[in-house]
Amino acid sequence: MSALAALIRRDIRIALRVGGGALIGVLFFLTVTVLMPFAVGPDLALLSRLGPAILWLGALLASLLTLDRLFTADHEDGSLDLIVMSRTPLELACAAKALAHWIAAGLPLIVATPVLGLLLNLDGTATLAVGATLLAGTPALTFTGMIGAALAVTLHRGGLLLAVLVLPLSIPVLIFGVAASQAAISGPLPFGTPFSILCALSLASLVIGPFAAAASLRHGLD
Amino acid sequence: MKLTETLTDLANPTRFLALTARILPWLAGATAFLLAIGLYQSAMAPDDYQQGATVKIMFIHVPNAWLSMFVWSVMSVAALGTLVWRHPLADVAAKAAAPIGAAFTFLALVTGSLWGRPMWGTYWEWDARLTSVLILFLMYLGLMALWRAVEDPSRAARAAAVLTLVGAINIPIIKFSVDWWNTLHQPASVLRMGGSTLDKAFLWPLLVMAIAFSLLFITLHLAAMRNEILRRRVRSLQMMQASRVSFTSEAGAGSRDAGASKEIGAA
Repeated sequence: MSALAALIRRDIRIALRVGGGALIGVLFFLTVTVLMPFAVGPDLALLSRLGPAILWLGALLASLLTLDRLFTADHEDGSLDLIVMSRTPLELACAAKALAHWIAAGLPLIVATPVLGLLLNLDGTATLAVGATLLAGTPALTFTGMIGAALAVTLHRGGLLLAVLVLPLSIPVLIFGVAASQAAISGPLPFGTPFSILCALSLASLVIGPFAAAASLRHGLD
Repeated sequence: MKLTETLTDLANPTRFLALTARILPWLAGATAFLLAIGLYQSAMAPDDYQQGATVKIMFIHVPNAWLSMFVWSVMSVAALGTLVWRHPLADVAAKAAAPIGAAFTFLALVTGSLWGRPMWGTYWEWDARLTSVLILFLMYLGLMALWRAVEDPSRAARAAAVLTLVGAINIPIIKFSVDWWNTLHQPASVLRMGGSTLDKAFLWPLLVMAIAFSLLFITLHLAAMRNEILRRRVRSLQMMQASRVSFTSEAGAGSRDAGASKEIGAA
């Protein structure tokens, strides 16, 4: 247990310090959100209607951008081999790394959401709804994305391949995240139904992600 | 017991090649025969009282859609074969199946959208069944990109196997999407509790077409697996050739481009 806690603490520290790049995700999130009004026009009514979708899309792309770092740096300096060989089960180690990544790269996105909501003319309810759905949904993005990150690091091909592999898996999360936000803002569906499915997706990926990532690391590294 | 013995026997690629060389013509013949019967029956099937002649798109669309899910299931079993049993032909089977499955999925999407235009008034609708099949198509393409991204086939096989098993979660979602969500796409009508709701006049041609398409898949799959085995042999022969050339040139010609040939030899 203490090994996992140490791993989480180490990963968060590395991500937040110089060269870590966790906060680049937030900067990217901001940039994507700022780009949208230029693309669709500065119509505030339209922006507030599209707002949840824009924020979700931005968060999805931002979390994809930082996923590359999840295993690559450890693979380059050799600590990934130590983690694979250590007595701690690799599945738990993967889960701990993903959790640390979510704390360092996912939570800042949620913290930034209210500010970006102001730019998109979202009112309090809408911002709260988007924040809640992102809080429930971004773990699913991180934990399914971890599978792609593990595959990419064993293949020595990051970047583009990672995006192609991970994006189809994250479509359900996007669908239910935006559906729940829209339900909270304008109805007519109840907020609870899509939100529960979103939570279920996160919990399922919490189980599946570490096992698939560990399997791909175990079979892929040599 | 018999099945395991057969599977172990087939682990020898030469034996597999010999066996498939014998049964492929028969399979191809059976496929052509059943396809001819199925197409004739489909053409002779009566028009639907509501849909008119467009109902005949069903005889192509439904087998393609079934196959699109069946091929991923076959690849999932092959992925288990790669990861659990290390069967040498499992990754060949998985790799050969991916483009065929992508083709079936693409055809299911195209025929579905051609059928949707007269029936629903639109080529595309973002409902659960259509979206989940589109995701399946994207995942087939991603898997093919993964196979192409890595030179070493056995490395690529293990990565692709993990991705295939993760993607298999999508299969039950596609199957039950029409029951879980209230969608434009009709719910299951052939394989359902309490028997088929389809009239016999449509059911028989559909079943014949489904069997014909399944045979078509098996034929194409075995042929593609043969190609893949031969391609791997050619690749290893080329590698041997390259290393032999580099060694002789190093021994004979001396220092001229010795550095370059050493690199090839090391690779």
